[in-house]
Amino acid sequence: MQHGKYRFIVGFLALPLGLYALFVVWPFIQSIYYSFTDWTGLSPEFKMVGFDNYSRMLDDDIFWKSLQHSLLFALLLPVVTIGLALFFAFMINVGGRKRKNGPVITGVRGSSFYKIVYFFPQVLSIAIVALLFAFAYNPDSGAINSLLRGIGLDDLQPLWLGDPDLALWAVMAVLVWSTVGFFVVLFSAGMASIPAEMYEAALLDGANRVTTFFRVTLPLLWDTVQSGWVYMGILALGAESFAVVQIMTTGPGGPDYSTTVMVLYVYQKAFRDGQAAYATTIGVALLVVTLAFAAVVMRLGRRERLEY
Amino acid sequence: MKTTETPAPLPAESGAPITKTDVRPPAPPKEKKEGTVLNVFSHGVLVVWAFMVVLPLLWAVMTSFKDDRSIFSSPWSLPDSLHFDNWSRAWTQANMSDYFLNTVLVVGGSLIGTLVLGSMAAYVLARFDFPGNRFIYYLFIGGMSFPIMLALVPLFYVVNNMGLLNTIHGLILVYIAYSLPFTVFFLTAFFRTLPTSIAEAAFVDGASHSRTFFQIMIPMAKPGLISVGIFNFLGQWNQYMLPTVLNTDPDKRVLTQGLVQLAVSQGYKGDWSGLFAGLVMAMLPVLAAYIIFQRQVVQGLTAGALK
Repeated sequence: MQHGKYRFIVGFLALPLGLYALFVVWPFIQSIYYSFTDWTGLSPEFKMVGFDNYSRMLDDDIFWKSLQHSLLFALLLPVVTIGLALFFAFMINVGGRKRKNGPVITGVRGSSFYKIVYFFPQVLSIAIVALLFAFAYNPDSGAINSLLRGIGLDDLQPLWLGDPDLALWAVMAVLVWSTVGFFVVLFSAGMASIPAEMYEAALLDGANRVTTFFRVTLPLLWDTVQSGWVYMGILALGAESFAVVQIMTTGPGGPDYSTTVMVLYVYQKAFRDGQAAYATTIGVALLVVTLAFAAVVMRLGRRERLEY
Repeated sequence: MKTTETPAPLPAESGAPITKTDVRPPAPPKEKKEGTVLNVFSHGVLVVWAFMVVLPLLWAVMTSFKDDRSIFSSPWSLPDSLHFDNWSRAWTQANMSDYFLNTVLVVGGSLIGTLVLGSMAAYVLARFDFPGNRFIYYLFIGGMSFPIMLALVPLFYVVNNMGLLNTIHGLILVYIAYSLPFTVFFLTAFFRTLPTSIAEAAFVDGASHSRTFFQIMIPMAKPGLISVGIFNFLGQWNQYMLPTVLNTDPDKRVLTQGLVQLAVSQGYKGDWSGLFAGLVMAMLPVLAAYIIFQRQVVQGLTAGALK
């Protein structure tokens, strides 16, 4: 298979690689370079300013707020989402009772129905989900407060997105709502590949469901949980958080920047304030946070590979 | 079978045969009762979450048939009559039809381009040894974990300088570029699993490399292409950040953008029922597609994360 091999390889790689280099790799490299300049984005002239942007960033209160919120997203959202998803997936796949002559391990009744329904939010655009919830959270005419009135909680009428202390949590709840289903399906697929003998052995040894989960299911599923963790963290730092914060909160960025996140701040600095160089500096900080997050999760989650 | 962890046997219980009613071995009656309580509780939680998922969606569908006044006065009441005019108003006056057309054009073009270019690159990376193979592969994979926003600032100016800003084909090219990392990652793994003997036989019979690829490998890779195609379809159809940055011309808006802009402008016009009709209109095709192609969607979306 030698003749013309290299011509073929070059011919097949040129277009995809060229497109990728032009629109993805090259802008990345430019970004890092621009963060050392005073480029506004509005005029083609700029000069090198060394670390000025970086020192300005360290004195920028709004940057620190956005960093805090992004870190909160990255630390809290995966814990809540993956915790809920593991519980649901375990119930759906392993939590059922033994039925007459059935297999030893079954899910609860209607497990396939749950899997289908839980996945709904995943196929909707995050922008549409954010719009929908922005209406539901409306303090006067929104579905949530009206539901609270309906069950007699008239005094409990939070402002939700208008309340600086609540807005961020309201936004995070939407991200949980939209991502749990994906992980339920992902973990279900993983649990389905665990051999039934493992469970049988555990049950014969008298393990109850909680023990079974922590001693059998979780260790065997660990790789999937870990990659899911990293994936969720990247989502929470990136595109998903941009969409929900930008669409749902006033400003955008919330009352008194109480919901702003790094990715939104990059966008606003570049396309609203005409400070392209400073925006790329915050982008570099976001890159550092993302890579550090992935490294920490991989490092903490390292354990012996289990074969089954 | 090799495992370092064995489930710890509970000291008080021995391996008794499993009863028919519960997965747990017979235990004191008190324990049995707990099992039932646990069952009821966990099933209850599953039902509650299912409600929490479905309720907002049903509420949106219901609201899209109501008139503006009752949307605000009583969000949970059923519509007094089915106001189909909301839908027609959204489709014509609120430009939903244009947004739909733009989205179909952009996603259609991007999807074909992503699959063709992605499978070409993945095939070469999976099947041929050449200097730089690993480097190019990791260059592609790296794109899956970097924050896209970092590249978007210079990307805006790159696209602008090429005269591609606010054009459908410009958006298509950018979508393809940003879809390549996952596509190449997924298809490289897939091409590695396909048998080599058929391709070699074809080659011996005098088929060229590219002919072997298009006539033999592509048909063999169909299941993988379908999975990754569905994954990209959903991602591109639902894309919000890229068009928000690169597409500032009101006439070129895609669905997600159009709806968000509509919501902003409704503050002045107050046609909320039309907006809800638009939202539901954008939701239904994807939900319908998901329900029809459920298995492939789930495979496509979860394949990347499972070993």
